[in-house]
Amino acid sequence: MQNLRPINEYRRMRDPAGSNSTRESPVMLSSSLDSQEEVSIEEEVENSDAASATLGNVRCDNPYIVAENIDVFYGDNHAIQDVTLEIAKNQVVALIGPSGCGKSTFLRCLNRMNDSIDSARVTGTITLDGENIHSKSLDPVALRARVGMVFQKPNPFPKSIYDNVAYGPRIHGLANDRAELDNIVHTSLERAGLLKEVKNRLDDPGTGLSGGQQQRLCIARTIAVDPEVILMDEPCSALDPIATAKIEDLMDELSENYAIVIVTHSMQQAARVSRRVAYFHLGKLIEVDETDKIFTNPSHKLTEDYVTGRIG
Amino acid sequence: MAADTSTSSRTKVEAGLARRRRREHLFRAGGMAATMVGVLFLIVFFWTLLAQGSSAFVQTFVDLDIEFSADLLAPDGELDTAYADFDGIARAALRKKFPEVSGRNDRRALNRLISVGAGYQIREAIESNPDLLGRSQVMTLPVAANVDMLMKGNIDRSLPEDQRPLSDQQVAWIDALLADDSISTRFNRALFSNGDSREPELAGIRGALMGSFYMLVITIALSFPLGAAAAIYLEEFAPKNRWADLIEVNINNLAAVPSIVFGLLGLAVFINWMAIPRSAPLVGGLVLSLLTLPVIIIAARAAIKAVPPSIREAALALGASRMQVVFHHVLPLAMPGMLTGTIIGMSRALGESAPLLMIGMVAFIVDVPASFSDPATALPVQIYLWADSPERAFAERTSAAIIVLLGFLLIMNLSAVIMRRKVERQW
Ligand SMILES: Nc1ncnc2c1ncn2[C@@H]1O[C@H](COP(=O)(O)OP(=O)(O)O)[C@@H](O)[C@H]1O
Ligand SMILES: [Mg+2]
Repeated sequence: MQNLRPINEYRRMRDPAGSNSTRESPVMLSSSLDSQEEVSIEEEVENSDAASATLGNVRCDNPYIVAENIDVFYGDNHAIQDVTLEIAKNQVVALIGPSGCGKSTFLRCLNRMNDSIDSARVTGTITLDGENIHSKSLDPVALRARVGMVFQKPNPFPKSIYDNVAYGPRIHGLANDRAELDNIVHTSLERAGLLKEVKNRLDDPGTGLSGGQQQRLCIARTIAVDPEVILMDEPCSALDPIATAKIEDLMDELSENYAIVIVTHSMQQAARVSRRVAYFHLGKLIEVDETDKIFTNPSHKLTEDYVTGRIG
Repeated sequence: MAADTSTSSRTKVEAGLARRRRREHLFRAGGMAATMVGVLFLIVFFWTLLAQGSSAFVQTFVDLDIEFSADLLAPDGELDTAYADFDGIARAALRKKFPEVSGRNDRRALNRLISVGAGYQIREAIESNPDLLGRSQVMTLPVAANVDMLMKGNIDRSLPEDQRPLSDQQVAWIDALLADDSISTRFNRALFSNGDSREPELAGIRGALMGSFYMLVITIALSFPLGAAAAIYLEEFAPKNRWADLIEVNINNLAAVPSIVFGLLGLAVFINWMAIPRSAPLVGGLVLSLLTLPVIIIAARAAIKAVPPSIREAALALGASRMQVVFHHVLPLAMPGMLTGTIIGMSRALGESAPLLMIGMVAFIVDVPASFSDPATALPVQIYLWADSPERAFAERTSAAIIVLLGFLLIMNLSAVIMRRKVERQW
């Protein structure tokens, strides 16, 4: 219990490079839960049926994505169990939890990337702006144009920087002529904070950039399609602190226009960038709440253990 | 205690070092010896081939003052190139060099020094320039194969007369021609411009080369698209289930089936059932396609597998359809590997002879094939046919044909290596 740290401490725990841009939070909660509560939480876990298992608040105002009772199976492996979660626009939701708990799997449900895995089976309903993403009338191609994704390992195409960014707009026919395409490429690189660094070498291969630049190129490539939602699966895990700081700032900016769901293993990152945090454990969504609440006063013992570093 | 164990570990490590080093040396020496043996065989192989075959690239010619006599060529006043006695005027020109030769047998022996190719050459000359009629001109004409062999030292002068194909008299005439500088060796154009022939000095590999070319055109046109399509489908679209495994096993088996079996299959299906003419490059190409298809599918699948999945995911996540993923990302990256596999398959097809024997491409064919359905042989089959001929002059041509075949194989495999280098540089 006493290990719970004030949220600011999490935010400050960023690498030295990022420390100067740490955002102050007014929240300063004392965090002692009495032992009585702790027992009741554990009872709740045991007694609860799956649907009511998630503590905190899975709902939010003006939800844009609604995932209702999602189960995912890889063959016989029940990787996601009855997860319900709402995500609104203009906010960052962080998915945290130990490795293998199903964060990536849940994320990949939201743009139907699990379709390409033969053994994967998804049940439940997910709606995007009220439209069922599994309905026959919605092509996964169209869905993925609206729900972009950034991966853990930067994966630029072995093409030029320009072609990397232009690829999405090209296949979706977003630009009517070369000038328009140039414009899209430039603004996307600009918003991804990469334009300054690559302006003079747009024809160089994207694979020749540094890791952090590659990841920002991937983000530029994603926003070039002008999606409504951006899914990020541990986007900074392969990056150094400086690149991480840049991408976090970028997320802040992007959240003004997009709904962002980010998977992260870094508590500090979750605390810094997200409005809400969802904690997964062994395929179950244990707790969803405002970020401050999760880090200062989690309702579930497992959440507390994880954010205080006792499991993970 | 800790220091103790670390020193004892160190002494143990050092105690074993000498043995480890010895083993390493032994292994290296063994590897080097194996390589040397391989290289030695290769050197012996190429050396004998070159020693035997290089002489076939030159050919002996005799300079004769040919009189295009109107009396002989156009006795009726009209030149008819189909019937005119061009051999006769070649012989007459040679007899003019040896006016002392008389008697039927001697004249015949003298005549036998020039090739029948001399007559063809004279005909071509007058056909392209009819004004020659009635005039005379020095022409360089091919000699008979035995003269050529003597010139190249392949006939031993010291043998008794009855044990060599040229009589003492003939050898004396050749020496006389040699003395007045009218015999010379030049590049053997006939080897590359003629089809097969009974006369070694006129036999060339062009017919076989064109046969091989037509076959490879069919083979590449069929097996590359089919193989690539099958590989793409199996890797990118087909569900991974027991059927896929079964197909995989079967393709691997097909790649190992002896090639003669494909020849029998071709005979049964393409010739007997589909009634495509025998000996045609069309059938040969079809059979070789069957043969190379599994090789190409396997290579193409490996190339497609080597494309990192992260590239596919990136494209899919941007909203590319699966076909766009394949054509925009997977194929460009897999293409050099696929082409490498294709070239290796093609070089295998170029060197195949067994299946072609089954479908009648082993005939003696003089005309150079001009289409996919003309009767033809292939380069390896031509080698087989020539190797079977008793004449000494065919032996050197066999080696020459092998050198040409190896040259093509070398070029093809070299381009495969270059392409592989390219694909390695990609990411
Ligand atoms: N492609 C897959 N095929 C089979 N099982 C998978 C696949 N991807 C993930 N899993 C399984 O699903 C569970 C959740 O994995 P994942 O979503 O990747 O976890 P996380 O991202 O939280 O580390 C794990 O048990 C993992 O083994
Ligand atoms: Mg993951």
